[in-house]
Amino acid sequence: MIAGGQAWRHLRHDRAAWTCLVFLGLVLLASLSAPLLPLPSPVAIALQEEPEAPVAPWRETFRHGFRPDDRDLSWIDARLDELRQDLFGDLQTAPWLGTDAKGRDLLSRVVWGSRTSILAAIAATFASLVLGVTWGAVAGLAGGRVDNWMMRAVDALQSLPFIFLVIFLIGIVGEYRAELAERFGIDREVVFYLVIGAVSWLTMARLVRGQVLALRKSAFVEAARVAGASGPRILLVHVLPNVMGVVVVCLTLTIPSVMLFEAFLSFLGLGIEPPKVSWGILAADGTEAINPIRIAWWLVAAPAAAMGSVLFALNVVGDGLRDALDPRHPGNR
Amino acid sequence: MIGFLARRLVGFAVTLGVVVTASFFLMRAVRGGPFDAERRLDPAIERNLRSRYHLDWPAWKQFLQYVGPLNLDERGAVALGGDGSRAFGGVLAGDFGPSLRYRDQTVGDLLSQSLPISLALGTFALLWAVLLGLAAGVLSAVRRGTRLDFAVRLLATAFVALPNFVVASVLVILLAFLVPLLPVAGWGSWRHLVLPALALGAPVAAHVARLARTGMLETLSQDFVRAARAKGLPERLVILRHALPGALLPVASYLGPAAAGVLTGSLVIERIFAIPGAGSHFVNSALNRDYTLAMGVTIVYCALVYALNSLVDVAYRLLDPRIETEAA
Amino acid sequence: MAAAGGSRTLRRIAFLATLALLGAGALALGRGTRLALADCAFVNGAEPATLDPAAITAIPEGRIVRALFEGLVVWDPRTLEPRPGMAESWVVSPDGLAWTFHLRSGARWTNGDPVTAGDFAFSFERLLDPRTAAGYASQLFCVAGARAFATEVDERGAPRRSFDTVAIRAQDPRTLEMVLEHPFPRLLDLLACPQLCPVDRRSLEAMRAGHPDTWQIEWLRPGNLVTNGPFRLLERRANDRIRLAKNHGYWDAEHVAFETIDALAAEHLSTVLNLYLTGAVAWIDQQPADLAARLSRREDFRSAPYLGSYFYRVNVKRPPLDDPRVRRALALAIDREAIVRRVTRCNEQPLHACVPPGIPGWSGRTMRHGKSFADDAEEARRLLAECGFGPGGRVFPPIEIQYNTRESHRDVAEVIADSWRRNLGIHARLQNQEWRVFMDTQRRIDYDVSRSSWIADYADPYGFLEIFTTGNENNRTGWSDARYDDLIAHAAGALEPERSQLLSQAEEILMDALPILPIYAYATKNLVDPRLGGFYENALDEHPPKYWYWMEDGELAKTRAR
Repeated sequence: MIAGGQAWRHLRHDRAAWTCLVFLGLVLLASLSAPLLPLPSPVAIALQEEPEAPVAPWRETFRHGFRPDDRDLSWIDARLDELRQDLFGDLQTAPWLGTDAKGRDLLSRVVWGSRTSILAAIAATFASLVLGVTWGAVAGLAGGRVDNWMMRAVDALQSLPFIFLVIFLIGIVGEYRAELAERFGIDREVVFYLVIGAVSWLTMARLVRGQVLALRKSAFVEAARVAGASGPRILLVHVLPNVMGVVVVCLTLTIPSVMLFEAFLSFLGLGIEPPKVSWGILAADGTEAINPIRIAWWLVAAPAAAMGSVLFALNVVGDGLRDALDPRHPGNR
Repeated sequence: MIGFLARRLVGFAVTLGVVVTASFFLMRAVRGGPFDAERRLDPAIERNLRSRYHLDWPAWKQFLQYVGPLNLDERGAVALGGDGSRAFGGVLAGDFGPSLRYRDQTVGDLLSQSLPISLALGTFALLWAVLLGLAAGVLSAVRRGTRLDFAVRLLATAFVALPNFVVASVLVILLAFLVPLLPVAGWGSWRHLVLPALALGAPVAAHVARLARTGMLETLSQDFVRAARAKGLPERLVILRHALPGALLPVASYLGPAAAGVLTGSLVIERIFAIPGAGSHFVNSALNRDYTLAMGVTIVYCALVYALNSLVDVAYRLLDPRIETEAA
Repeated sequence: MAAAGGSRTLRRIAFLATLALLGAGALALGRGTRLALADCAFVNGAEPATLDPAAITAIPEGRIVRALFEGLVVWDPRTLEPRPGMAESWVVSPDGLAWTFHLRSGARWTNGDPVTAGDFAFSFERLLDPRTAAGYASQLFCVAGARAFATEVDERGAPRRSFDTVAIRAQDPRTLEMVLEHPFPRLLDLLACPQLCPVDRRSLEAMRAGHPDTWQIEWLRPGNLVTNGPFRLLERRANDRIRLAKNHGYWDAEHVAFETIDALAAEHLSTVLNLYLTGAVAWIDQQPADLAARLSRREDFRSAPYLGSYFYRVNVKRPPLDDPRVRRALALAIDREAIVRRVTRCNEQPLHACVPPGIPGWSGRTMRHGKSFADDAEEARRLLAECGFGPGGRVFPPIEIQYNTRESHRDVAEVIADSWRRNLGIHARLQNQEWRVFMDTQRRIDYDVSRSSWIADYADPYGFLEIFTTGNENNRTGWSDARYDDLIAHAAGALEPERSQLLSQAEEILMDALPILPIYAYATKNLVDPRLGGFYENALDEHPPKYWYWMEDGELAKTRAR
């Protein structure tokens, strides 16, 4: 098995992967410290006729006029918000990414919206890695009848009309709102992330199972088996490192679809409530802005660029990670 | 082979049975009914309407009636007839029942109108997407680290991240307004097919390219490929004969369910291009609580997913002889 | 070599599969009926659920039914006044109860049979029969005996009473007589509603005999459907289009200009707009809200007051909303002017009443409000303080605004929540729900504040006010007032001008209690090809294709000059 330290060293030497990792870290940091940044309020409405076009930061960097809005903020966010007011006063960034038709600053909305999108991505990643990889690997390794029925279960889950499932859950959550919150600490948003996790592991299971089917007859797995290695050991030591490539790619494919799926769940009424936003909702709203009468391109470009850049960084990091973990990669021999 | 088919059919029956049962009761359990509207019907009228479609029966009885083929109507079926005549034979008799939303049509009518349209569109979308995606993915793996590789990865990432409704809107602006080549929306001739097929296929092409690249890289580093190279075979042959089949494995795993999705149509694309396909039925039947139509599309989708995944299993065996699935 | 063998087989399979799929695709494409271009096309919104006049409830359905069928009277497209349709003339008794309609002699069904009074009696019976389960059966409840016939059912769902107890009689093939329960001055407006269009008795009964199982679907198929209106049904494909063709046997056929008209089903507003901008359709009635401001400056944009109201329901059972002063404070602190000018932006009018303006001869009562929004906000703060909320008093508990998922509803809710927060310090959360869940929540009155709207079937204030009587299924606020119920009940049986007086007294009660917070009155927002003649704006957004024609250059220039 590759030592974690070696993989880490390998990653340190991959400059592209390292840059992207730093970028992802920055995005995460910005998302967590959103109340601290000198951004305009993402919810304060200034009604106007048309969305305002982006202003280049070097033309106009800051504007005065920030007023705190009394949203429900968590304890930490509220402290950060106070700190921000001490630091920057009523200073706020000019609309570097433009505003929407209700005068809300797009940059601020993208930063605040990243919270939902990142959480959704984490939920999906977690479910894919834990449920999807295990399910697929076990099915593939077991083969035969077990494999067959495990895959039929995946088929069945995929065929279920999930909108009804979501609406059903909304009903349950609505009915037992108080009880769920009190006894289990579950509110709509928790259910929302659970649903995202629940639907996102199926493709991963299929892909991993396909790869493992090919691997289980390969020389090194046979050798391990002959040597008397236990099932879990074969899985962890011999099989999983070899499917990492597919796992990483599948994750980078799952994450964007989850970010869009999240917008659809919010449409159904399970998810975040306005004025909270997410990248998926911003992108869906922005689409209306592309039309032959008037093209407010920034309304769709900003969320799309946010999603795209994070995704590209994830891809590069994923590739680097795969190289670092690949038992056959020259550097790891 | 016959044993394999028989086992698959049994598996299909069980899977479908589970899906149909679970979906049916799930649908009855959700809030809201098919006849809700801003202007609520007079309670007496709504009662009549519900009894016309047997929605006043207990769920188990509705389920037996839905599955059929024994007809449970002891008090004169009014589902279609209204005259005490046979109304609805049940799914096992090949009758999907009347639609609750499109009341002038049966679910069978609706599916036979919309599915061919979605199939046609989905086929063209899949065709270009898979061909282009494979070529790009393989090329970028073989030329790993070059500018071409970078460009493919960048484009693929972009199209994975770009929602297809954005792609569709941009395509409309470009090819229907700026350069008025194609109609903006509608259905009827091949010209109506181009834009939606492009928008529908774009994310698939990107996914296929990403997966093919990974699969190819994986296979290229395997011993049998090195052996083939060592034997002095031309690189082209090594790649096409020895490496490609292995590289297709993850693509095949992905394409099974993805093709089912593309072939049954996409709500977003159908809305943007005003196409009368089946994709909108998947979402709208649920939103309209059109129970019979929702069951109809669920059954069709389940069958398609199952068939395609069985095909994938067969393909595994062809792609990599070491694989022993049930197909063996 | 196994791998090579595998890939060869695979290649063969892939090739064959591709070929098969391509063939299927080409076949499907070829099967899509390639229709010639229609003379005119318009976007009709959602796919009609049905074309059966008795069963329709929605606006897009009404448009098609009115083009296919014709009732006793029709609305004038300019003024909405009743004009002769199938009935050439009518007589009403001095007490306003007995109506006699004389049918025109030239009226024929598309199969050549004459339209008779018997067809009307049959159609009205069908509408009322509980087994038809017609959503709008209650429209005929004004006829003596109709309510009892429609609502008293036996255990098989059939009516207990015979239709003879309903005062609708075909005296002879060309004379129809109706006796009302009580005087109803708007009967003619009602009779022009699409639900009251006749169906051909003989063809329907033949279809029932020929297809005992499926006649309800069969008789409505193109080719089977027999109609009496300006058009007949040529083609229909769900979620695509309905093609209408001119009915040459129609009594007024010489004034119908178009041979074919397409009604397209499309709901995505950007798509609808794109279709219009590329000239594929000549009329659309909805546009993306974000573009409203720009579009409303175009020459082809037409707008008029529309008989529909947008309002919020308030759950009057849930404290502190059970206090009328609190509801009044909420109602006053809505900046309606800002909403119509900056959010909806399509000529909508701020609404301070239950009944929207635009009904001839009606001037109702509005809620009491000041000259400017600043005054209103001040008054709202005072009212809340009077109830013990605000600075120095209790904190107003957070309330929830529920709306069904739609961008335009969300926009309005965001602005109202913002306005309540800034002016009253009330924290309002937004909660969107999927449409049917939303309707279910509203029905169970499980909300604080819930979005609503109401659109008139015909120009009559009664329809807007009646729904807030006690126990009405469209009340859904928990509000109840015996005096209000009384006034509405009396208005139902009164003649003008007493009727209007009673109704406006009722509206005054409603606007004092405010179980609803009126927000704005709708406006029509049509983009119409400037060449399309015979298209008039009216308060019901009714545009019968019967009158449409393409203008010549000269006429177009003259219209433009005006």
